[in-house]
Amino acid sequence: MSANLIPLLWDATLQTLYMVAISALLGTLGGLPLGVFLATSQRGELLSAPWVNKVLGLVVNATRSVPFIILVVAIIPFTRALVGTSIGTNAAIVPLTLAAIPFIARLVENAIREVEGGLIEAARAMGATPLQIIRKVLIPEAMPAIALGLTLAVVSLIGYSAMVGAVGGQGLGDLGIRYGYQRFMPEVMAAVVVILIVLVQLVQSLGEWIAARLDRRAPRNRGH
Amino acid sequence: MSGTAQNDAAIIFDRLGKSFSKKGGPRVMALDDISLVVPRGSITGIIGRSGAGKSTLLRMVNGLEQPTEGRVEVSGHDVGSARGGALRAIRREVGMIFQHFNLLASRTVWGNVALPLEIAGTPAAQIRTRVDQLIDQVGLGALRDRYPAELSGGQKQRVGIARALATSPKVLLSDEATSALDPETTQTVLELLGRINRDLGLTILLITHEMAVLRDIASHMAVIEGGRIVEAGPTYDVFARPTNPTTRSFLSGVTGATLPAFVASRLHPEPPGDQVIRVTFAGSHATDPMLSLLATDLGITANILGGAIEEVGPHPFGNLLISVDAARADQARAYLERHGLSTEVLGHVR
Repeated sequence: MSANLIPLLWDATLQTLYMVAISALLGTLGGLPLGVFLATSQRGELLSAPWVNKVLGLVVNATRSVPFIILVVAIIPFTRALVGTSIGTNAAIVPLTLAAIPFIARLVENAIREVEGGLIEAARAMGATPLQIIRKVLIPEAMPAIALGLTLAVVSLIGYSAMVGAVGGQGLGDLGIRYGYQRFMPEVMAAVVVILIVLVQLVQSLGEWIAARLDRRAPRNRGH
Repeated sequence: MSGTAQNDAAIIFDRLGKSFSKKGGPRVMALDDISLVVPRGSITGIIGRSGAGKSTLLRMVNGLEQPTEGRVEVSGHDVGSARGGALRAIRREVGMIFQHFNLLASRTVWGNVALPLEIAGTPAAQIRTRVDQLIDQVGLGALRDRYPAELSGGQKQRVGIARALATSPKVLLSDEATSALDPETTQTVLELLGRINRDLGLTILLITHEMAVLRDIASHMAVIEGGRIVEAGPTYDVFARPTNPTTRSFLSGVTGATLPAFVASRLHPEPPGDQVIRVTFAGSHATDPMLSLLATDLGITANILGGAIEEVGPHPFGNLLISVDAARADQARAYLERHGLSTEVLGHVR
Protein backbone atom coordinates (compact mmCIF):
# COMPACT_ATOMS: atom_id res chain seq x y z
CA MET A 1 0.00 0.00 0.00
CA SER A 2 1.48 3.35 -0.98
CA ALA A 3 2.21 5.84 1.77
CA ASN A 4 -0.22 8.47 0.46
CA LEU A 5 -3.16 6.13 1.14
CA ILE A 6 -2.52 6.19 4.89
CA PRO A 7 -3.81 9.77 5.43
CA LEU A 8 -6.77 8.88 3.22
CA LEU A 9 -7.68 5.92 5.43
CA TRP A 10 -7.05 7.98 8.55
CA ASP A 11 -9.38 10.76 7.38
CA ALA A 12 -12.08 8.28 6.39
CA THR A 13 -11.84 6.55 9.78
CA LEU A 14 -12.22 9.88 11.56
CA GLN A 15 -15.21 10.74 9.36
CA THR A 16 -16.87 7.42 10.19
CA LEU A 17 -16.20 7.86 13.90
CA TYR A 18 -17.58 11.39 13.74
CA MET A 19 -20.79 10.34 11.95
CA VAL A 20 -21.35 7.34 14.24
CA ALA A 21 -20.58 9.24 17.44
CA ILE A 22 -22.85 12.19 16.69
CA SER A 23 -25.73 10.08 15.38
CA ALA A 24 -25.42 7.66 18.33
CA LEU A 25 -25.48 10.60 20.73
CA LEU A 26 -28.48 12.27 19.06
CA GLY A 27 -30.17 8.90 18.60
CA THR A 28 -29.82 8.21 22.32
CA LEU A 29 -31.12 11.64 23.23
CA GLY A 30 -34.22 10.89 21.16
CA GLY A 31 -34.47 7.13 21.59
CA LEU A 32 -34.02 6.91 25.36
CA PRO A 33 -37.05 9.03 26.34
CA LEU A 34 -39.09 7.53 23.51
CA GLY A 35 -38.21 4.00 24.65
CA VAL A 36 -39.02 4.80 28.27
CA PHE A 37 -42.35 6.25 27.20
CA LEU A 38 -43.19 3.23 25.02
CA ALA A 39 -42.39 0.92 27.95
CA THR A 40 -44.53 2.80 30.47
CA SER A 41 -47.53 4.16 28.57
CA GLN A 42 -49.71 1.14 27.84
CA ARG A 43 -53.08 0.97 29.54
CA GLY A 44 -52.76 0.76 33.32
CA GLU A 45 -49.03 1.48 33.34
CA LEU A 46 -47.18 4.36 35.01
CA LEU A 47 -47.81 6.98 32.32
CA SER A 48 -50.93 5.28 30.97
CA ALA A 49 -51.63 6.86 27.55
CA PRO A 50 -52.73 3.92 25.40
CA TRP A 51 -53.58 5.92 22.28
CA VAL A 52 -50.36 7.92 22.20
CA ASN A 53 -48.52 4.67 22.82
CA LYS A 54 -50.22 3.01 19.83
CA VAL A 55 -49.54 5.91 17.47
CA LEU A 56 -45.88 6.20 18.50
CA GLY A 57 -45.51 2.44 18.20
CA LEU A 58 -46.81 2.60 14.63
CA VAL A 59 -44.44 5.46 13.75
CA VAL A 60 -41.49 3.55 15.21
CA ASN A 61 -42.42 0.40 13.28
CA ALA A 62 -42.89 2.36 10.06
CA THR A 63 -39.49 4.02 10.38
CA ARG A 64 -37.82 0.72 11.12
CA SER A 65 -39.52 -0.94 8.12
CA VAL A 66 -37.91 1.42 5.58
CA PRO A 67 -34.59 0.04 4.27
CA PHE A 68 -31.84 2.40 5.34
CA ILE A 69 -30.59 3.23 1.85
CA ILE A 70 -34.16 4.24 0.85
CA LEU A 71 -34.53 6.33 4.01
CA VAL A 72 -31.34 8.20 3.09
CA VAL A 73 -32.66 9.09 -0.35
CA ALA A 74 -36.26 9.69 0.70
CA ILE A 75 -35.39 12.36 3.25
CA ILE A 76 -32.92 14.30 1.11
CA PRO A 77 -35.21 17.38 1.04
CA PHE A 78 -35.49 17.25 4.81
CA THR A 79 -31.74 16.82 5.19
CA ARG A 80 -31.08 19.77 2.88
CA ALA A 81 -33.52 21.95 4.83
CA LEU A 82 -31.84 20.98 8.08
CA VAL A 83 -28.11 21.21 7.31
CA GLY A 84 -28.14 23.13 4.00
CA THR A 85 -26.68 20.29 1.95
CA SER A 86 -27.41 16.67 1.15
CA ILE A 87 -23.80 15.52 0.82
CA GLY A 88 -20.97 15.18 3.31
CA THR A 89 -20.68 13.83 6.82
CA ASN A 90 -23.00 16.39 8.41
CA ALA A 91 -25.74 15.52 5.93
CA ALA A 92 -25.20 11.82 6.57
CA ILE A 93 -25.79 12.33 10.28
CA VAL A 94 -29.45 13.22 9.61
CA PRO A 95 -30.61 9.83 8.22
CA LEU A 96 -28.29 7.98 10.60
CA THR A 97 -29.91 9.72 13.58
CA LEU A 98 -33.37 9.19 12.16
CA ALA A 99 -32.71 5.47 11.86
CA ALA A 100 -31.05 5.29 15.28
CA ILE A 101 -33.91 6.87 17.26
CA PRO A 102 -36.59 4.16 16.73
CA PHE A 103 -33.98 1.39 16.91
CA ILE A 104 -32.64 2.64 20.24
CA ALA A 105 -36.19 3.31 21.45
CA ARG A 106 -37.15 -0.35 20.96
CA LEU A 107 -33.96 -1.56 22.65
CA VAL A 108 -34.58 0.75 25.63
CA GLU A 109 -38.24 -0.29 25.76
CA ASN A 110 -37.25 -3.96 26.01
CA ALA A 111 -34.63 -3.18 28.66
CA ILE A 112 -37.16 -1.26 30.78
CA ARG A 113 -39.77 -3.99 30.45
CA GLU A 114 -37.31 -6.49 31.89
CA VAL A 115 -37.29 -4.61 35.22
CA GLU A 116 -39.23 -6.61 37.78
CA GLY A 117 -42.75 -5.38 38.48
CA GLY A 118 -42.16 -5.81 42.22
CA LEU A 119 -39.68 -2.92 42.14
CA ILE A 120 -42.28 -0.60 40.63
CA GLU A 121 -44.76 -1.71 43.27
CA ALA A 122 -42.22 -1.08 46.05
CA ALA A 123 -41.52 2.41 44.71
CA ARG A 124 -45.24 3.17 44.42
CA ALA A 125 -45.68 2.02 48.01
CA MET A 126 -42.99 4.54 49.01
CA GLY A 127 -45.06 7.33 47.52
CA ALA A 128 -42.94 7.84 44.40
CA THR A 129 -44.30 9.82 41.44
CA PRO A 130 -44.22 8.14 38.02
CA LEU A 131 -41.24 10.32 37.02
CA GLN A 132 -39.37 9.40 40.21
CA ILE A 133 -40.00 5.73 39.49
CA ILE A 134 -38.58 6.16 35.99
CA ARG A 135 -35.55 8.15 37.12
CA LYS A 136 -34.67 6.31 40.32
CA VAL A 137 -35.85 2.77 39.64
CA LEU A 138 -36.51 1.86 36.01
CA ILE A 139 -33.54 3.50 34.26
CA PRO A 140 -30.88 2.57 36.88
CA GLU A 141 -32.14 -1.02 37.04
CA ALA A 142 -32.29 -1.31 33.24
CA MET A 143 -28.86 0.30 32.76
CA PRO A 144 -26.86 -2.90 32.07
CA ALA A 145 -29.39 -3.93 29.40
CA ILE A 146 -29.51 -0.39 27.99
CA ALA A 147 -25.70 -0.37 27.72
CA LEU A 148 -25.77 -3.61 25.74
CA GLY A 149 -28.57 -2.22 23.56
CA LEU A 150 -26.59 0.93 22.82
CA THR A 151 -23.58 -1.21 21.92
CA LEU A 152 -25.72 -3.05 19.39
CA ALA A 153 -27.01 0.28 18.07
CA VAL A 154 -23.48 1.70 17.60
CA VAL A 155 -22.35 -1.45 15.78
CA SER A 156 -25.37 -1.11 13.47
CA LEU A 157 -24.60 2.57 12.93
CA ILE A 158 -21.04 1.69 11.84
CA GLY A 159 -22.62 -0.55 9.19
CA TYR A 160 -25.16 2.09 8.17
CA SER A 161 -22.44 4.74 7.96
CA ALA A 162 -20.78 2.71 5.21
CA MET A 163 -23.99 2.96 3.18
CA VAL A 164 -24.27 6.73 3.32
CA GLY A 165 -21.06 6.73 1.28
CA ALA A 166 -23.34 5.93 -1.65
CA VAL A 167 -24.87 9.39 -1.46
CA GLY A 168 -21.69 11.32 -0.83
CA GLY A 169 -21.53 10.75 2.88
CA GLN A 170 -17.78 10.09 3.01
CA GLY A 171 -16.21 7.84 5.60
CA LEU A 172 -14.77 4.32 5.33
CA GLY A 173 -17.58 2.83 3.28
CA ASP A 174 -17.31 5.61 0.74
CA LEU A 175 -13.53 5.15 0.53
CA GLY A 176 -13.91 1.41 0.04
CA ILE A 177 -16.38 1.86 -2.83
CA ARG A 178 -14.54 4.69 -4.64
CA TYR A 179 -10.95 3.41 -4.33
CA GLY A 180 -11.32 -0.26 -3.64
CA TYR A 181 -14.14 -0.99 -6.08
CA GLN A 182 -14.28 1.71 -8.73
CA ARG A 183 -10.49 2.22 -9.00
CA PHE A 184 -9.63 -1.45 -8.64
CA MET A 185 -7.47 -1.03 -5.51
CA PRO A 186 -8.17 -4.23 -3.57
CA GLU A 187 -5.61 -3.27 -0.92
CA VAL A 188 -7.75 -0.23 -0.02
CA MET A 189 -10.85 -2.40 0.16
CA ALA A 190 -9.02 -4.85 2.42
CA ALA A 191 -7.74 -2.04 4.65
CA VAL A 192 -11.24 -0.60 4.97
CA VAL A 193 -12.69 -3.99 5.92
CA VAL A 194 -9.95 -4.58 8.50
CA ILE A 195 -10.50 -1.15 10.06
CA LEU A 196 -14.27 -1.76 10.22
CA ILE A 197 -13.75 -5.16 11.87
CA VAL A 198 -11.41 -3.63 14.44
CA LEU A 199 -13.85 -0.77 15.13
CA VAL A 200 -16.76 -3.13 15.66
CA GLN A 201 -14.67 -5.36 17.92
CA LEU A 202 -13.56 -2.38 20.00
CA VAL A 203 -17.11 -1.04 20.35
CA GLN A 204 -18.49 -4.47 21.25
CA SER A 205 -15.82 -5.14 23.87
CA LEU A 206 -16.14 -1.68 25.37
CA GLY A 207 -19.94 -1.99 25.53
CA GLU A 208 -19.80 -5.38 27.19
CA TRP A 209 -17.23 -4.15 29.69
CA ILE A 210 -19.40 -1.17 30.61
CA ALA A 211 -22.51 -3.35 30.91
CA ALA A 212 -20.68 -5.78 33.19
CA ARG A 213 -19.44 -2.90 35.35
CA LEU A 214 -23.01 -1.67 35.70
CA ASP A 215 -24.55 -5.08 36.37
CA ARG A 216 -24.89 -5.80 40.08
CA ARG A 217 -27.40 -8.61 39.74
CA ALA A 218 -24.80 -11.32 40.41
CA PRO A 219 -22.39 -11.35 43.35
CA ARG A 220 -18.90 -10.16 42.53
CA ASN A 221 -15.66 -11.62 43.78
CA ARG A 222 -14.44 -9.46 46.66
CA GLY A 223 -11.15 -11.28 47.09
CA HIS A 224 -8.90 -8.21 47.18
CA MET B 1 -67.97 3.20 62.31
CA SER B 2 -67.97 5.25 59.13
CA GLY B 3 -66.93 8.86 59.49
CA THR B 4 -64.25 9.58 62.05
CA ALA B 5 -61.59 7.02 62.89
CA GLN B 6 -61.69 5.34 66.23
CA ASN B 7 -58.90 6.65 68.42
CA ASP B 8 -57.41 3.27 69.14
CA ALA B 9 -57.60 2.04 65.55
CA ALA B 10 -54.66 2.27 63.16
CA ILE B 11 -56.53 0.82 60.20
CA ILE B 12 -60.27 0.42 59.69
CA PHE B 13 -61.79 -1.69 56.93
CA ASP B 14 -65.45 -0.79 56.66
CA ARG B 15 -67.69 -3.03 54.55
CA LEU B 16 -64.91 -3.17 52.01
CA GLY B 17 -65.48 -4.95 48.72
CA LYS B 18 -63.53 -5.50 45.53
CA SER B 19 -64.96 -7.03 42.40
CA PHE B 20 -63.51 -7.58 38.96
CA SER B 21 -65.38 -8.19 35.78
CA LYS B 22 -63.56 -10.06 33.10
CA LYS B 23 -64.58 -9.35 29.53
CA GLY B 24 -67.91 -11.05 28.87
CA GLY B 25 -67.72 -12.95 32.14
CA PRO B 26 -69.63 -12.51 35.40
CA ARG B 27 -68.40 -10.18 38.14
CA VAL B 28 -66.02 -11.92 40.50
CA MET B 29 -66.00 -10.80 44.13
CA ALA B 30 -62.36 -10.85 45.24
CA LEU B 31 -63.26 -9.31 48.59
CA ASP B 32 -66.72 -9.20 50.05
CA ASP B 33 -68.04 -7.13 52.96
CA ILE B 34 -64.77 -6.92 54.89
CA SER B 35 -65.07 -5.10 58.21
CA LEU B 36 -62.05 -5.24 60.48
CA VAL B 37 -60.34 -2.92 62.92
CA VAL B 38 -56.57 -3.13 63.30
CA PRO B 39 -55.78 -1.83 66.80
CA ARG B 40 -53.08 0.83 67.10
CA GLY B 41 -49.79 -0.68 68.21
CA SER B 42 -50.90 -4.24 67.47
CA ILE B 43 -49.35 -6.86 65.27
CA THR B 44 -52.36 -8.07 63.36
CA GLY B 45 -52.09 -11.05 61.08
CA ILE B 46 -54.41 -12.07 58.28
CA ILE B 47 -54.16 -15.69 57.29
CA GLY B 48 -55.63 -17.31 54.22
CA ARG B 49 -54.82 -19.70 51.44
CA SER B 50 -53.48 -18.36 48.16
CA GLY B 51 -56.29 -16.72 46.22
CA ALA B 52 -58.30 -16.00 49.37
CA GLY B 53 -57.91 -12.26 48.80
CA LYS B 54 -55.47 -11.40 51.57
CA SER B 55 -52.96 -9.81 49.23
CA THR B 56 -55.61 -7.59 47.65
CA LEU B 57 -56.80 -6.58 51.10
CA LEU B 58 -53.30 -5.60 52.20
CA ARG B 59 -52.73 -3.55 49.03
CA MET B 60 -55.81 -1.48 49.71
CA VAL B 61 -54.22 -0.08 52.85
CA ASN B 62 -51.69 1.91 50.82
CA GLY B 63 -53.85 2.36 47.76
CA LEU B 64 -51.99 -0.06 45.48
CA GLU B 65 -55.47 -1.46 44.88
CA GLN B 66 -58.71 0.50 44.98
CA PRO B 67 -61.85 -0.86 46.65
CA THR B 68 -65.05 -1.03 44.61
CA GLU B 69 -67.20 -0.83 47.73
CA GLY B 70 -66.81 0.43 51.29
CA ARG B 71 -63.82 2.25 52.66
CA VAL B 72 -60.44 1.78 54.26
CA GLU B 73 -59.01 4.31 56.70
CA VAL B 74 -55.39 4.61 57.79
CA SER B 75 -54.70 6.93 60.72
CA GLY B 76 -57.92 8.74 59.91
CA HIS B 77 -57.23 9.15 56.17
CA ASP B 78 -59.70 7.67 53.70
CA VAL B 79 -57.29 5.84 51.38
CA GLY B 80 -59.84 4.77 48.77
CA SER B 81 -60.76 8.31 47.80
CA ALA B 82 -57.21 9.76 47.93
CA ARG B 83 -55.47 10.48 44.62
CA GLY B 84 -52.20 11.96 43.41
CA GLY B 85 -50.23 13.91 46.00
CA ALA B 86 -52.64 13.11 48.84
CA LEU B 87 -52.30 9.38 48.19
CA ARG B 88 -48.50 9.65 47.98
CA ALA B 89 -48.48 11.48 51.33
CA ILE B 90 -50.46 8.62 52.91
CA ARG B 91 -48.08 6.07 51.37
CA ARG B 92 -45.13 7.75 53.07
CA GLU B 93 -46.82 7.05 56.40
CA VAL B 94 -47.22 3.37 55.54
CA GLY B 95 -44.14 1.20 55.11
CA MET B 96 -44.26 -2.08 53.23
CA ILE B 97 -42.10 -5.19 53.05
CA PHE B 98 -42.39 -7.96 50.48
CA GLN B 99 -41.98 -11.71 50.10
CA HIS B 100 -39.32 -11.26 47.41
CA PHE B 101 -37.81 -8.19 49.10
CA ASN B 102 -38.03 -6.01 45.96
CA LEU B 103 -34.63 -4.40 46.50
CA LEU B 104 -32.92 -2.48 43.72
CA ALA B 105 -30.06 -4.61 42.37
CA SER B 106 -28.29 -1.45 41.20
CA ARG B 107 -28.09 0.08 44.68
CA THR B 108 -26.09 -0.91 47.75
CA VAL B 109 -27.73 -1.67 51.08
CA TRP B 110 -27.19 1.98 51.96
CA GLY B 111 -28.63 3.21 48.67
CA ASN B 112 -31.71 1.02 48.99
CA VAL B 113 -32.49 2.32 52.46
CA ALA B 114 -31.97 5.90 51.24
CA LEU B 115 -34.43 5.54 48.34
CA PRO B 116 -37.69 6.38 50.16
CA LEU B 117 -36.01 9.43 51.71
CA GLU B 118 -34.80 10.63 48.30
CA ILE B 119 -38.33 10.16 47.01
CA ALA B 120 -39.72 12.16 49.93
CA GLY B 121 -37.28 14.98 49.11
CA THR B 122 -35.37 14.74 52.40
CA PRO B 123 -32.19 16.91 52.46
CA ALA B 124 -29.00 14.93 51.78
CA ALA B 125 -27.44 15.60 55.20
CA GLN B 126 -30.54 14.28 56.95
CA ILE B 127 -30.63 11.24 54.68
CA ARG B 128 -27.05 10.37 55.68
CA THR B 129 -27.68 10.34 59.43
CA ARG B 130 -31.07 8.64 59.12
CA VAL B 131 -29.85 5.83 56.86
CA ASP B 132 -26.82 5.11 59.08
CA GLN B 133 -29.14 4.91 62.06
CA LEU B 134 -31.62 2.59 60.28
CA ILE B 135 -28.88 0.23 59.07
CA ASP B 136 -27.56 -0.08 62.62
CA GLN B 137 -31.08 -0.61 63.91
CA VAL B 138 -31.53 -3.74 61.79
CA GLY B 139 -27.99 -4.95 62.48
CA LEU B 140 -26.50 -4.51 59.01
CA GLY B 141 -23.80 -1.94 59.78
CA ALA B 142 -21.02 -4.12 58.34
CA LEU B 143 -22.85 -4.67 55.05
CA ARG B 144 -23.78 -1.10 54.13
CA ASP B 145 -21.77 -1.06 50.89
CA ARG B 146 -22.82 -4.52 49.70
CA TYR B 147 -25.24 -5.07 46.84
CA PRO B 148 -28.40 -7.18 47.34
CA ALA B 149 -26.97 -10.02 45.23
CA GLU B 150 -24.27 -10.42 47.87
CA LEU B 151 -26.73 -10.85 50.75
CA SER B 152 -28.63 -13.81 52.21
CA GLY B 153 -32.43 -13.85 52.22
CA GLY B 154 -32.62 -12.82 55.87
CA GLN B 155 -30.20 -9.95 55.29
CA LYS B 156 -32.21 -8.79 52.28
CA GLN B 157 -35.39 -8.73 54.35
CA ARG B 158 -33.57 -6.67 57.01
CA VAL B 159 -32.71 -4.17 54.30
CA GLY B 160 -36.38 -4.25 53.26
CA ILE B 161 -37.42 -3.54 56.85
CA ALA B 162 -34.91 -0.69 57.25
CA ARG B 163 -36.13 0.78 53.97
CA ALA B 164 -39.77 0.49 55.06
CA LEU B 165 -38.98 2.32 58.30
CA ALA B 166 -37.02 5.12 56.62
CA THR B 167 -39.82 7.65 56.48
CA SER B 168 -40.89 6.85 60.08
CA PRO B 169 -44.26 5.35 59.11
CA LYS B 170 -47.04 4.71 61.61
CA VAL B 171 -48.04 1.45 59.97
CA LEU B 172 -45.98 -1.37 58.47
CA LEU B 173 -47.52 -3.74 55.93
CA SER B 174 -45.92 -7.14 55.55
CA ASP B 175 -46.73 -9.15 52.44
CA GLU B 176 -45.66 -12.72 53.25
CA ALA B 177 -42.34 -11.28 54.39
CA THR B 178 -41.00 -14.57 55.74
CA SER B 179 -42.46 -16.96 53.17
CA ALA B 180 -39.26 -17.10 51.12
CA LEU B 181 -37.05 -17.67 54.16
CA ASP B 182 -35.93 -20.83 55.94
CA PRO B 183 -37.43 -21.50 59.41
CA GLU B 184 -34.41 -20.26 61.34
CA THR B 185 -34.16 -17.00 59.39
CA THR B 186 -37.93 -16.60 59.69
CA GLN B 187 -37.53 -16.60 63.47
CA THR B 188 -34.89 -13.86 63.45
CA VAL B 189 -36.94 -11.69 61.07
CA LEU B 190 -40.08 -12.18 63.21
CA GLU B 191 -38.08 -11.25 66.30
CA LEU B 192 -36.93 -8.08 64.57
CA LEU B 193 -40.53 -7.21 63.63
CA GLY B 194 -41.63 -7.84 67.22
CA ARG B 195 -38.85 -5.59 68.53
CA ILE B 196 -39.78 -2.80 66.13
CA ASN B 197 -43.41 -3.12 67.17
CA ARG B 198 -42.48 -2.75 70.85
CA ASP B 199 -39.75 -0.12 70.53
CA LEU B 200 -41.45 2.16 68.01
CA GLY B 201 -45.08 1.44 68.84
CA LEU B 202 -45.49 0.70 65.15
CA THR B 203 -48.68 -1.04 64.04
CA ILE B 204 -47.90 -4.05 61.86
CA LEU B 205 -50.45 -5.63 59.53
CA LEU B 206 -49.15 -8.82 57.99
CA ILE B 207 -50.52 -11.45 55.69
CA THR B 208 -49.33 -15.02 55.73
CA HIS B 209 -50.37 -18.57 55.02
CA GLU B 210 -48.45 -19.90 58.00
CA MET B 211 -50.24 -20.15 61.33
CA ALA B 212 -46.86 -20.39 63.07
CA VAL B 213 -46.14 -16.76 62.12
CA LEU B 214 -49.33 -15.61 63.84
CA ARG B 215 -48.66 -17.82 66.87
CA ASP B 216 -45.20 -16.30 67.26
CA ILE B 217 -45.87 -12.58 66.88
CA ALA B 218 -49.48 -11.60 66.17
CA SER B 219 -51.56 -10.13 68.98
CA HIS B 220 -54.64 -10.10 66.76
CA MET B 221 -55.63 -12.16 63.78
CA ALA B 222 -58.25 -12.69 61.13
CA VAL B 223 -58.91 -15.66 58.88
CA ILE B 224 -59.91 -14.92 55.31
CA GLU B 225 -61.55 -17.45 53.03
CA GLY B 226 -63.11 -16.86 49.63
CA GLY B 227 -62.85 -13.08 49.99
CA ARG B 228 -64.60 -12.96 53.37
CA ILE B 229 -63.36 -12.78 56.92
CA VAL B 230 -64.60 -15.94 58.60
CA GLU B 231 -63.02 -15.44 62.00
CA ALA B 232 -61.25 -12.59 63.79
CA GLY B 233 -60.11 -11.63 67.26
CA PRO B 234 -57.16 -11.67 69.64
CA THR B 235 -54.85 -14.46 68.47
CA TYR B 236 -55.03 -16.29 71.76
CA ASP B 237 -58.82 -16.40 71.71
CA VAL B 238 -58.91 -17.68 68.14
CA PHE B 239 -56.35 -20.36 68.98
CA ALA B 240 -58.26 -21.36 72.07
CA ARG B 241 -61.75 -21.32 70.62
CA PRO B 242 -61.71 -21.60 66.84
CA THR B 243 -65.24 -21.68 65.45
CA ASN B 244 -64.61 -21.96 61.73
CA PRO B 245 -63.49 -25.11 59.90
CA THR B 246 -60.89 -23.14 57.91
CA THR B 247 -59.40 -21.80 61.12
CA ARG B 248 -59.32 -25.29 62.55
CA SER B 249 -57.54 -26.68 59.54
CA PHE B 250 -54.90 -23.92 59.72
CA LEU B 251 -54.55 -24.58 63.44
CA SER B 252 -54.14 -28.33 63.13
CA GLY B 253 -50.79 -27.72 61.47
CA VAL B 254 -49.25 -25.75 64.32
CA THR B 255 -50.80 -26.75 67.59
CA GLY B 256 -48.86 -29.96 67.62
CA ALA B 257 -51.87 -32.22 68.00
CA THR B 258 -52.21 -34.13 64.82
CA LEU B 259 -53.68 -37.60 65.18
CA PRO B 260 -51.22 -40.46 64.97
CA ALA B 261 -51.55 -42.21 61.64
CA PHE B 262 -52.80 -45.50 63.13
CA VAL B 263 -55.70 -43.61 64.75
CA ALA B 264 -56.44 -41.33 61.82
CA SER B 265 -56.73 -44.28 59.44
CA ARG B 266 -59.33 -45.99 61.67
CA LEU B 267 -61.32 -42.85 62.45
CA HIS B 268 -64.97 -42.83 61.39
CA PRO B 269 -67.61 -40.15 62.02
CA GLU B 270 -70.31 -42.23 63.80
CA PRO B 271 -70.29 -44.73 66.70
CA PRO B 272 -69.64 -47.53 67.56
CA GLY B 273 -66.31 -47.21 69.33
CA ASP B 274 -64.58 -44.75 71.61
CA GLN B 275 -65.12 -41.07 70.91
CA VAL B 276 -62.00 -39.13 69.88
CA ILE B 277 -61.96 -35.62 71.32
CA ARG B 278 -59.61 -32.71 70.86
CA VAL B 279 -59.31 -30.81 74.13
CA THR B 280 -57.88 -27.31 74.01
CA PHE B 281 -56.36 -25.95 77.19
CA ALA B 282 -56.18 -22.20 77.33
CA GLY B 283 -54.94 -19.61 79.81
CA SER B 284 -54.76 -20.57 83.47
CA HIS B 285 -56.23 -24.03 82.77
CA ALA B 286 -53.42 -24.97 80.48
CA THR B 287 -51.45 -26.43 83.35
CA ASP B 288 -54.31 -27.96 85.38
CA PRO B 289 -54.34 -31.77 85.73
CA MET B 290 -57.78 -31.99 84.10
CA LEU B 291 -57.56 -35.62 83.04
CA SER B 292 -56.80 -36.89 86.52
CA LEU B 293 -59.65 -34.74 87.85
CA LEU B 294 -61.88 -36.34 85.23
CA ALA B 295 -60.93 -39.76 86.56
CA THR B 296 -61.33 -38.92 90.24
CA ASP B 297 -64.54 -36.83 89.93
CA LEU B 298 -66.41 -38.91 87.35
CA GLY B 299 -64.49 -42.14 87.17
CA ILE B 300 -63.97 -41.70 83.43
CA THR B 301 -60.62 -42.76 82.08
CA ALA B 302 -59.26 -41.18 78.96
CA ASN B 303 -56.66 -42.58 76.58
CA ILE B 304 -54.15 -40.01 75.42
CA LEU B 305 -53.57 -40.21 71.66
CA GLY B 306 -51.44 -37.12 71.18
CA GLY B 307 -50.87 -33.62 72.42
CA ALA B 308 -48.61 -30.66 72.93
CA ILE B 309 -48.28 -27.56 75.05
CA GLU B 310 -46.75 -24.48 73.47
CA GLU B 311 -46.89 -20.74 73.70
CA VAL B 312 -49.12 -18.40 71.76
CA GLY B 313 -47.66 -15.00 72.37
CA PRO B 314 -46.87 -14.98 76.12
CA HIS B 315 -49.54 -17.55 77.10
CA PRO B 316 -49.29 -21.32 77.45
CA PHE B 317 -51.60 -23.18 75.16
CA GLY B 318 -52.29 -26.89 75.30
CA ASN B 319 -53.85 -29.24 72.88
CA LEU B 320 -54.65 -32.84 73.71
CA LEU B 321 -56.21 -35.67 71.77
CA ILE B 322 -58.01 -38.22 73.88
CA SER B 323 -60.44 -41.07 73.40
CA VAL B 324 -63.16 -41.97 75.93
CA ASP B 325 -65.92 -44.53 76.14
CA ALA B 326 -68.63 -43.29 73.75
CA ALA B 327 -71.39 -43.89 76.32
CA ARG B 328 -69.86 -41.41 78.73
CA ALA B 329 -68.34 -39.02 76.20
CA ASP B 330 -71.06 -36.37 76.48
CA GLN B 331 -70.64 -36.32 80.23
CA ALA B 332 -66.87 -36.02 79.96
CA ARG B 333 -67.08 -33.16 77.46
CA ALA B 334 -69.59 -31.27 79.57
CA TYR B 335 -67.28 -31.62 82.57
CA LEU B 336 -64.28 -30.32 80.64
CA GLU B 337 -66.25 -27.44 79.13
CA ARG B 338 -67.49 -26.49 82.60
CA HIS B 339 -63.85 -26.14 83.63
CA GLY B 340 -63.11 -23.70 80.82
CA LEU B 341 -61.63 -26.06 78.26
CA SER B 342 -62.94 -26.33 74.75
CA THR B 343 -63.59 -29.65 73.10
CA GLU B 344 -64.12 -30.82 69.59
CA VAL B 345 -65.35 -34.25 68.53
CA LEU B 346 -63.12 -35.64 65.79
CA GLY B 347 -64.85 -39.02 65.35
CA HIS B 348 -64.81 -42.53 66.70
CA VAL B 349 -62.41 -45.43 66.76
CA ARG B 350 -63.20 -49.01 67.50
